[in-house]
Amino acid sequence: MTDPAPRSRSARFAFFPLGDRALVIELGARVSEALAAQARRLSERLARAQVAGVREVIPAFSSITVHYEPLRVKQAADPEDAGSAPFELLQVRLQALLEADQEDAGAAGALLEVPVCYGGDYGEDLDVLALAHEMAPSKVVELHTHPIYYVGMLGFMPGFPYLVGLDARLVTPRRATPRPQVARGSVAIGGEHTGVYPLDSPGGWHVIGRTPLGLFDPRRQPPSLLQAGDRVRFVAISPERYQQLLAT
Amino acid sequence: MALKVLRAGILSTIQDLGRWGYQRFGVPVNGVMDEVSHRLANILVGNDEHAATLEMTLVGPGFTLNTDTLLAVCGGDFEARVNGEPLPKARPVLVRAGSALDFGPCRRGCRAYLAVAGGFEVESVLDSRSTFLRGGFGGWQGRALRRGDMLPTRHADPALYPSLHRKLREQRTPMSFPTWSATERVEVLMPGPYLLRFVRGRQWTRFPEESRELFLSSEYRIGSNSDRQAYRLMGPLLLPREPIEVISAGVTFGTIQVPPDGEPIVLMASRQTTGGYPRLGEVASVDLPLLAQLPAGARVRCQAVELAVAQTLLLEREREMARMREALAMRTST
Repeated sequence: MTDPAPRSRSARFAFFPLGDRALVIELGARVSEALAAQARRLSERLARAQVAGVREVIPAFSSITVHYEPLRVKQAADPEDAGSAPFELLQVRLQALLEADQEDAGAAGALLEVPVCYGGDYGEDLDVLALAHEMAPSKVVELHTHPIYYVGMLGFMPGFPYLVGLDARLVTPRRATPRPQVARGSVAIGGEHTGVYPLDSPGGWHVIGRTPLGLFDPRRQPPSLLQAGDRVRFVAISPERYQQLLAT
Repeated sequence: MALKVLRAGILSTIQDLGRWGYQRFGVPVNGVMDEVSHRLANILVGNDEHAATLEMTLVGPGFTLNTDTLLAVCGGDFEARVNGEPLPKARPVLVRAGSALDFGPCRRGCRAYLAVAGGFEVESVLDSRSTFLRGGFGGWQGRALRRGDMLPTRHADPALYPSLHRKLREQRTPMSFPTWSATERVEVLMPGPYLLRFVRGRQWTRFPEESRELFLSSEYRIGSNSDRQAYRLMGPLLLPREPIEVISAGVTFGTIQVPPDGEPIVLMASRQTTGGYPRLGEVASVDLPLLAQLPAGARVRCQAVELAVAQTLLLEREREMARMREALAMRTST
């Protein structure tokens, strides 16, 4: 027994405090597409319920984080529960929502095709990465465009998707020294994940290509093209097509 | 109505209570480091607590004001002058048009909040006026203030503090202010060590017992590479013999992570939305304003408290803020 006992365990949902203004609901202890889909579906359900005091609900690989305002949770509670801590009050409320036998319409992840110009100036690490794995660069592209990935979570920076489903032959440890500047749109491999940099940023992943798609725009609603639980397929395009798409 | 920036200071950014609602898209919350000082400054000038203030860091900015401006400064103790005269802190001050408002180095703490009546006139992006420096949006043009900027302010209610307006008309002084001030809890006077209470987290017991005991019994210093994103705790390293594997998930203000180098890191206002390092726990919310005021080198000790204790402390603080808000609201008509 290495883990602490959760504050409460129902059949599937374990609640843990994340400090005094947030909590984590763990759905499982591994990374899987089913858990990511469940995190997405249930977090949308919790958000839709607009529980008093809940600030926001965030799905990740195998968990849901809920940020809340303890004072508002307390104020919204029944007078008979006045002795309970806000965490306990909220947990009871969220537990009931999670366990409710209901359909979650429209919460399935979308499939997005992401055009990528691989190699050359667009993916400066492609050749090195191919060399490291003793395969031709074209083989890297073939292996990278083959799977349908799913978004485990968004993090690191706005709109950055941690994509799961990378072919085991492409798994590559992150660069020892991060690059000070990785261009917006860069498609990269880091460990067992692949992802896309939505903004210019420092970064430690191996850049193998670039997409003309704008993954994040604060003036758009929602600001991110992708959400946790969505699915992605990469499609190889030529530099000409890249420039063409960028102009549109 | 604007503040003309003559000197920018080290890091002067527009912040509010944070960009909530977009972490699922990877958008950091940002917002003020010291929530209590920000809220108090807003209350003093009759603003909603969510209104944007200017957060200054270590060395403050210098301005000229092109209109009579009701303002308040709370938080760290910066040297501050209006046309060379000391600017009193933690109270409403009506400053005459044309005056120079000059902030110098911080003598105690490290951040202060300048609120102007009506608030700063900056665009709300994704429901917040907080500056997101790395993302380059929000606040004043998505960046820190620079020399030459004209920082616009919104229309202020002219009925606030009639006695200050009367005094300013009758006197030749560059500012008028009341004799009272709001009580501030600037604890950053003592040499330390300061007590940081924290709630043990999900992975607490996955750290070996000797790491946990070391963390609880040791004194740490705030690292010099600490900033709005994270505070580094310099002291005994926590190096479990076997790496603790965790699945990346959401983090929050005050999350204490331990990366592979063993040096604990407390995530602060500009933290990323998720983290993949094992966590010891989260600093109690009531202790975050203090932590935000601790400069590099300050000594801290961490003490584990039960969640119910941390929440009770937070509820007490909110009741205290509500009492203060009520008392100060009555004074705005005097």
